[in-house]
Amino acid sequence: MNQTLVLFRRMTDYPADSHTLDRYLETGGYEQARVALGKTRDELVELVKSSGLIGRGGAGFSAGMKWSFLAPARPAYLVVNGDESEPGTFKDRQLLERDPHQMIEGMIIAAVANEVHEAFIYIRGEYPKPARRVQQAVFEAYERGYLGPNVMGTGYHLDITVHLGAGAYICGEETALLNSLEGRRGEPRLKPPFFPAAKGLYMLPTIVNNVETISNLPHIVERGIDWYRDLGHDVDTGTFLFSISGHVKKPGNYELPHGITWRELIYDVAGGIRSDNELKAWVPGGASAPWFVPSKHLDLQITKSVTDTSGSMLGSGAVIVMDETTDMVAAAERLVRFFAEESCGQCTPCREGTTWLDMILRRMLDGGGRAVDLDLLYDVSDNISVGVGWPPKQTTICPLGPSAVSAVKSLLEYFRPEAEEHISRANRVPLAIKGVGA
Amino acid sequence: MTWSAETLARAHDIIARYPQRRSAVMPLLYIAMREDGRLTDDGMRQVAELTGLTPAQVQSVASFYVMYKTEAQGKYLVSVCSSISCFLLGADDVLHAVEQAAGVPAGEADEEIGVEHAECIGACGGAPACLVNFELVEGLTPEKAKEMIEWLRNAKPDVINADELQTLFGGRRSFDWAIKEENGAIGPYPAFPPFGTAAHNTQPLEPGRRPMSNSQPAPLEGGTS
Ligand SMILES: Cc1cc2nc3c(=O)[nH]c(=O)nc-3n(C[C@H](O)[C@H](O)[C@H](O)COP(=O)(O)O)c2cc1C
Ligand code: SF4
Ligand code: FES
Repeated sequence: MNQTLVLFRRMTDYPADSHTLDRYLETGGYEQARVALGKTRDELVELVKSSGLIGRGGAGFSAGMKWSFLAPARPAYLVVNGDESEPGTFKDRQLLERDPHQMIEGMIIAAVANEVHEAFIYIRGEYPKPARRVQQAVFEAYERGYLGPNVMGTGYHLDITVHLGAGAYICGEETALLNSLEGRRGEPRLKPPFFPAAKGLYMLPTIVNNVETISNLPHIVERGIDWYRDLGHDVDTGTFLFSISGHVKKPGNYELPHGITWRELIYDVAGGIRSDNELKAWVPGGASAPWFVPSKHLDLQITKSVTDTSGSMLGSGAVIVMDETTDMVAAAERLVRFFAEESCGQCTPCREGTTWLDMILRRMLDGGGRAVDLDLLYDVSDNISVGVGWPPKQTTICPLGPSAVSAVKSLLEYFRPEAEEHISRANRVPLAIKGVGA
Repeated sequence: MTWSAETLARAHDIIARYPQRRSAVMPLLYIAMREDGRLTDDGMRQVAELTGLTPAQVQSVASFYVMYKTEAQGKYLVSVCSSISCFLLGADDVLHAVEQAAGVPAGEADEEIGVEHAECIGACGGAPACLVNFELVEGLTPEKAKEMIEWLRNAKPDVINADELQTLFGGRRSFDWAIKEENGAIGPYPAFPPFGTAAHNTQPLEPGRRPMSNSQPAPLEGGTS
């Protein structure tokens, strides 16, 4: 199956220099920024709204709608979310390293649409190379008049600052990101009242969009709504970047239309399972997403609506594939541990709950599991997200806590016998010998 | 260490990029790490002075983020990813090999090498992966990881260059990257100008960039500190 190259087009055609301003200009770069500079806020918001562009950062909210909610106070800010830290996700890194001008042009368009004169790119601290690449591109853009006090000779003023994070997944959550950008601890704010579009950076109206979302904008301005909608499938317009990892033959980032099936994605695009093993399960949309299993989900279409109604989500587009050799308790523990480590600690159900889930799974792996542990896992999950349903109920300030429940819920739903096996008598080691406390 | 006039000038450049001084805390903390090799009380006091915060406020911010290290990490900090995609492809064996070869358990450091586990570093397509001073190496095996540690011990490179490490010790990558980079990291903090790179103090403000006034004390209600 071929990719549908839009965002990945330039870097595929010109692998040696797709990141340079010269190549960008030669391939039509910054023409769409010029077009946008000649349009009004209403025209641009309407364009993006009717393109159907959905945010690619995981929450899946319409970009145009978000823009239309921007409160009237000024100055307003634009913040591009390049914190990409959801396990399994590495698409933004490719966009940042290999086509930074595409994002910068998208930022000019978003800035004009939202009457913004100051924008930030928040890049996770573990991405110094992408940050260097973007900083270099920003520098070039200033030098040649695509940024600064007189963008492309139009008199429009736009400054862009690259800001590096320092190792905290939670800063990908937009309100935590804004706290971080203000020089605070990256703790999420309560929504309401702190919706960024109303009370964002420095309590002023702020648009937060993902790198991939922003990188789509030049193409929408250039080729229009009909083209963009035709690329996609029904309400899922445009292409989608999938990060595929785990036990497949050809892991990587792939730009694809919505609407293909998981079977096509895993077996055609990603080349099938390593050593031709059996597929056991996969995570369809980042570590926060409940798992899919071949017996139920392999021939489902990959669209937002089908995935949502089948009990999971496309999220950040990270597909993590697990073959028959995978110990599902170990996989669940690894996923839960991530959330336990990354919990910011503000909310008790998240801080305590994720730690307990991890501890229980770990003692199951260590041979110290108890007969009650599966019920206990459910119980703790229920405390973090009442009913352990989908979409998850939220008892916390942000969705991180409830996200940790997904792996446990999936383990209990699809692999309960395997989990029971782990705590069967044969595996038990007296606690005194293992030194397992709690 | 007291900051040189040149470093202070860079700090003021950075502060000038933000509408409010406080926003410069994170980049300035990286400079403080570069100055002292780790985050010291003196460094945090300097950052506090420059941003108009109390040292306690700065410490509260610093302690939230795992990349601000108050303990010395050696010259080379090796962070091995142990999240799900790397785990599925043998990350635990890689971490083990690194610990064994370095003789340093995860979470600790000797004079030269620090070892830690990391959560997903955005290289899942090239799993298992690690960072050396936050420069990426993908497609590791336990054997290659061991060789890499031995090389660090013997060659003692001044600058950690990702392309060099990847060529010597890496394997499959998340995506291709054909362009060589001269730059690299010079300590256990990210190599991003103005901190961490060999050419750390040379980059000026972008041409035509207007420094922020930093004057308006915009309302600060709501944010947590
Ligand atoms: C715990 C958590 C982590 C998140 N991490 C990211 C991230 O790394 N990158 C990102 O773009 N969005 C992330 N998001 C989503 C952001 O809050 C926000 O919805 C998004 O950046 C908005 O951009 P979009 O509308 O273009 O998707 C995260 C959300 C949560 C709750
Ligand atoms: S849910 Fe967890 S990560 Fe989110 S605000 Fe609460 S404690 Fe922090
Ligand atoms: S899981 Fe290791 S890089 Fe993502």
